[in-house]
Amino acid sequence: MHIQSVLHPAGVEAGIVSHLWWVMFWTCAVVWVAVAGGMLLALRRGRARTAPGSERVLFRNVLVATGISIVALVWLLFESVLTGRAQENLSTQHSLHILVTGYQWWWDVEYENPTPSLRVTTANELHIPVGRPVIVDLFSGDVIHSLWIPNLQGKIDLVPGRLNTLTLEADRPGVYRGQCAEFCGAQHAHMALVVVADPPDIFERWLTANRAPAPPPGNPSQVRGKEVFERGPCAMCHNITGSLASAHTAPDLTHVASRSTIGAGTLPNTRGYLAGWIVDPQHIKPGNYMPPTGLSDEELQAVLDYLETLK
Amino acid sequence: MKSTAALDVSGLPEFGFGHRSLLWWGTICLMAIEGTAFALTIVEYMYLKGRVPHWPPGFAAPRLLWGTTNLIIILASTLPNQLAKNAAERFDVRGVRIWMVVCMVFALAFNVVRAFEFTGLNVWWDSNAYGSVVWFLLGMHTVHVMTDFADSLVLTVLFFTGPIDEHRFVDISENAMYWYFVVLAWIPIYAVIYLAPRVF
Amino acid sequence: MSRELTGTPEFLDADARLTSEALEREERQLRDTWKYARGFFGWCAETDHKRIGRRFLVTAFVWFAMAGVLAAMMRIQLSRPENTFLGPDLYNQIFTTHGTAMMFLFAVPVWLALGIYMVPLQVGARTMCFPRLLAYGYWMFLFGGIFLFLNFFLNTGPDVGWFSYPPLAGPEYGIGKRPDVWAQLITFSEVSSLVVATCIFCTVLKLRTPGMSLNRIPLFVWSMVVVSAMILFAMPAVMVSSTCLILDRLVSTHFFNAAEGGDPILWQHLFWFFGHPEVYIIFLPALGAISEIISTFTGRPVVGYVAMILSLIATAFIGFGVWVHHMFATGLPQLGQSFFTAASIMIVVPTSVQIFNWIATVWSARRLQLTSPMLYALSFFFIFIIGGLTGVMLAAVPLDRQVHDTFFVVAHFHYVLIGGSIFPLLGTVTFWFPKLTGRMMDERLGKLAFWILFVGFNVTFFPMHLLGLAGMPRRVYTYPASMGWGDMNLLASIGAGIMALSLLIYLVNVVVSLRSGALAGDNPWGVATLDGATASPPPPYNFLPQPTVGSREPLWHTDIAAPAVVGLAPDKREVLVTHVLDAEPDHRYEMPGPSIWPLVTALSTTLMFVWSIFSPWGAVWGSIPIAVALIFWFWPTRGKSPERLAADAAAGQLTPREMVS
Ligand code: HEA
Ligand code: HEA
Ligand code: CUA
Ligand SMILES: [Cu+2]
Repeated sequence: MHIQSVLHPAGVEAGIVSHLWWVMFWTCAVVWVAVAGGMLLALRRGRARTAPGSERVLFRNVLVATGISIVALVWLLFESVLTGRAQENLSTQHSLHILVTGYQWWWDVEYENPTPSLRVTTANELHIPVGRPVIVDLFSGDVIHSLWIPNLQGKIDLVPGRLNTLTLEADRPGVYRGQCAEFCGAQHAHMALVVVADPPDIFERWLTANRAPAPPPGNPSQVRGKEVFERGPCAMCHNITGSLASAHTAPDLTHVASRSTIGAGTLPNTRGYLAGWIVDPQHIKPGNYMPPTGLSDEELQAVLDYLETLK
Repeated sequence: MKSTAALDVSGLPEFGFGHRSLLWWGTICLMAIEGTAFALTIVEYMYLKGRVPHWPPGFAAPRLLWGTTNLIIILASTLPNQLAKNAAERFDVRGVRIWMVVCMVFALAFNVVRAFEFTGLNVWWDSNAYGSVVWFLLGMHTVHVMTDFADSLVLTVLFFTGPIDEHRFVDISENAMYWYFVVLAWIPIYAVIYLAPRVF
Repeated sequence: MSRELTGTPEFLDADARLTSEALEREERQLRDTWKYARGFFGWCAETDHKRIGRRFLVTAFVWFAMAGVLAAMMRIQLSRPENTFLGPDLYNQIFTTHGTAMMFLFAVPVWLALGIYMVPLQVGARTMCFPRLLAYGYWMFLFGGIFLFLNFFLNTGPDVGWFSYPPLAGPEYGIGKRPDVWAQLITFSEVSSLVVATCIFCTVLKLRTPGMSLNRIPLFVWSMVVVSAMILFAMPAVMVSSTCLILDRLVSTHFFNAAEGGDPILWQHLFWFFGHPEVYIIFLPALGAISEIISTFTGRPVVGYVAMILSLIATAFIGFGVWVHHMFATGLPQLGQSFFTAASIMIVVPTSVQIFNWIATVWSARRLQLTSPMLYALSFFFIFIIGGLTGVMLAAVPLDRQVHDTFFVVAHFHYVLIGGSIFPLLGTVTFWFPKLTGRMMDERLGKLAFWILFVGFNVTFFPMHLLGLAGMPRRVYTYPASMGWGDMNLLASIGAGIMALSLLIYLVNVVVSLRSGALAGDNPWGVATLDGATASPPPPYNFLPQPTVGSREPLWHTDIAAPAVVGLAPDKREVLVTHVLDAEPDHRYEMPGPSIWPLVTALSTTLMFVWSIFSPWGAVWGSIPIAVALIFWFWPTRGKSPERLAADAAAGQLTPREMVS
């Protein structure tokens, strides 16, 4: 609960916006009560068949009401522009750079680093340090998507042929949820993203862990699983660094076992769900681009054994 | 026998030219629609132009020859157009016939040269977005020239075969106004297609 | 145009008299001249504005019912998390078809339909300008709707949302012909609205009865003029953009293809340059109608007539300058966005002026009657305003970036669309039902339906604000149980059921009243406008004698001399054309009668539109039957020999050149 909510800000930007929201909310509430109340009063007086007042007075009152509205509107305009300004002016010093690319219907996440071997690629999960600005560069690999993590920041679109950036800064640790907000086809509903805000040291540990290639398989079933993965249909689309699978048209699975969901937030990442997904992804997320794999039961169990090692 | 005050309109004429006629206002609406469409397409062109460093991107600018020829033809066509309009407003059947035929000749010439214009654009519509937008712009104008040509042709034939009455003269007059619109539209479109890639 | 508010303009000083015998004689002739076409063939050839307006209205409500049923299906799907009532493929077609049909086949045309029926009556005209064109507009509307729903039932319904953003709608990602169906539906509805807007615009400008200068035009008619003008300038934008989209898909142009120098954002600019005015096209006629209703049931003219008109016009103008507020999340430069925030906030001012004028009108009512039309009009103040206020919130960039594309926006636009247009519409239909049918709708059932709808509406859409704030994006076919959105969604779905119930009661009321409603008489509500000066429903020729007006509320100022118009030929469909500003009589004009060619032309246009989804040659070859049909349509049947013309000219029967202006 409240892991995807505008009203429960956990970041600097979202905090600023939530202030604006309450200003707007209360102003508008007052306006509504005033206008609706005004109408009710007018109805009462209209009913009472009091002698109709002079047109001049009526006209003057309309003018006054309009004047008050204009003042209120100008105030709201100021609040809005100042909020935008405040967001723009947040410091981005010592920021962390992340590259997020949207695909139908998953997120590719890359932690940039000048040294290629230090880059980290993951999918559908965004880990950020608390208290440090994060600049997310956003690209689209196909159609327009929109990255929205309401507890941290408003959304911005991922548009083919353009680069947009989203700046965010979590001010308390927690697990939040983001979701694609721009309609992007059949599985727009299942294009979520887990956002983990950790204290800097834990974040760094996560980053380091994710730099490592996948560990070699231990027991024979895992070895068999790796083999199936590399030789079977999986390797046509997925990458597991440390294996022969190196395709990039689907989520990177190097550390898939460390993630909490599968199918971009569609299901919890447990062995059972994962098995269901691998056998028939179309049943779970109809229309997504992963075909049924046609693995035999023995192959499936082996692959699952292998995947579970990819912490 | 009861009676009420009455405003007798039986003495009024049965038609009017210019802004007095219903058709004139109908034509104005049509021109507003088409004019907005042209304007927006030009905006579209400018927008796409603003998104790339070089214009036209990857292709030579369109050949000036045919476009300019057509500019001259269409400007010249306003003369018979006006004369046909004048003849109509004089109820001069012979004059209308003559000048409408001359207008037809101009419109035909324009359409023929237009075919060369397309070949002189130096780009295909599916080459890139620049190609798409110039073909679209030129194509839209061509559709207007062709429909007005067809429309005028029917009116011209009508003036030879009948039946005609006063209202047909109003038709000729409004038709001439619409042609002015087509001419007027060509000037900015010409400038955009042929001059914008050279000047900026 | 500076005529007195009341008082007879000098050109109305009449010395002729109209006797009751002459009237009777004329009536027999008029009845024969203007009689409705009979039989199936006649039905197809009909050009009478009342018949077409009624058809338009009924057709629009049929599309409303179908789009409403689709809404109910969406609400069933969303009522529980992870529901499997609808799959994503069907859900996406359903919400797209719902939105598209509601906007293009219901909310816009339904007001045009009322305009077609009422505008000539309110301006005192015998008929509408360009009646055959009007018929063509109806047929295009009908065929467009059939086209959309047929495709929906064939599983080729559009599925990319009512604004079809490329590249999702483009050649690479659009599924089959679905986006083409959307784009071509737009073409149908665009042709139809443009044609009708032209007819309404010219009718108001040129066919107003003598004496109805610009400052005496009823407010509903004003709103229809403003809306017609908006249509003329807004529709071309979607015409251009949907054509480009079709070209991208059909002949591989690259307007919206970023890889080849195009830009998907270009689509959004073009679409919303149309799309925002579109929502005011839906809204402004409702404002006009509210003015008529409030004025009638308070027994006084609306306060601030001129301010009301200026507000309508200002809204229309500013409405063309706010489109970017639909694109705040696309990453456009901040400074530019602030401009659009300011414009969106500015547009509140004219709306608020109208609201305050209405409150002042009710405040100073002469005789307040809380009839069911009035209840619908009053509900505007309680629900539309909520939608308007959330609109102001959305206009703030930082806030919009939070709630854009969530159910908060869905709540906003249903509040403004339904509260600002559909509630007033249902009231207006009740209000003009007698003029449309000759009978009254039942007040008890009417009020019952109103109250149920009022409750149901709020139960449906209020929770959606909260859902949006709680993070629920729009256009999702399902959601995980863990998000905690289930209860609010269930509530909304229950509300939709209540709305359906109330609309059913409304429908029953219509059906029952059609058969056995109380007979209405000419002016059952005591309106001030000329539509109350003729029978309900009006005879085919609308008025006998054609009234003139000497004030803004002609039926309330019977003391002011307003002579009847005489001298229009009763054996021809002759109308009186007047000047634009002062409505001085100018000339008589014979309107064309029924014709089958508008239908034939519409059929051939339909052929071309459908064909060109599949092949670009469809647009080429398909235009030939259209051209042929048009020639038959416009080929005149009457004429004079050249000798006769010359003789007439010589005899001064034809207007001399000085009359040309
Ligand atoms: C009838 C249709 C209608 C009307 C009248 C309006 C009216 C307004 N709309 Fe709305 N709007 C839509 C239909 C309409 N809208 C639709 C269909 C969409 C969504 C499209 C889609 O995405 O599918 C939309 C979306 C939309 C957005 C984009 C949201 C998003 O996608 O993120 C925005 C943003 O600015 C907006 C703003 C406004 C504003 C400022 C008004 C103003 O005109 C409101 C003015 C009225 C009032 C404010 C109330 C009365 C005034 C007073 C009582 C005076 C005092 C007031 C104050 C002092 C505040 N609208
Ligand atoms: C005027 C316009 C209009 C109207 C009136 C409505 C009416 C309704 N709308 Fe709609 N809506 C839109 C315009 C409109 N909508 C638009 C533009 C969108 C955006 C689409 C998009 O995202 O692309 C949208 C989207 C939209 C959504 C969001 C979908 C999503 O994002 O996933 C939802 C969800 O609840 C919804 C619900 C409803 C409901 C419950 C009604 C109810 O009010 C409907 C009530 C009507 C009925 C229930 C029918 C009753 C009929 C009868 C009882 C008569 C029976 C008749 C016969 C048998 C002949 N609408
Ligand atoms: Cu990606 Cu919606
Ligand atoms: Cu808008």
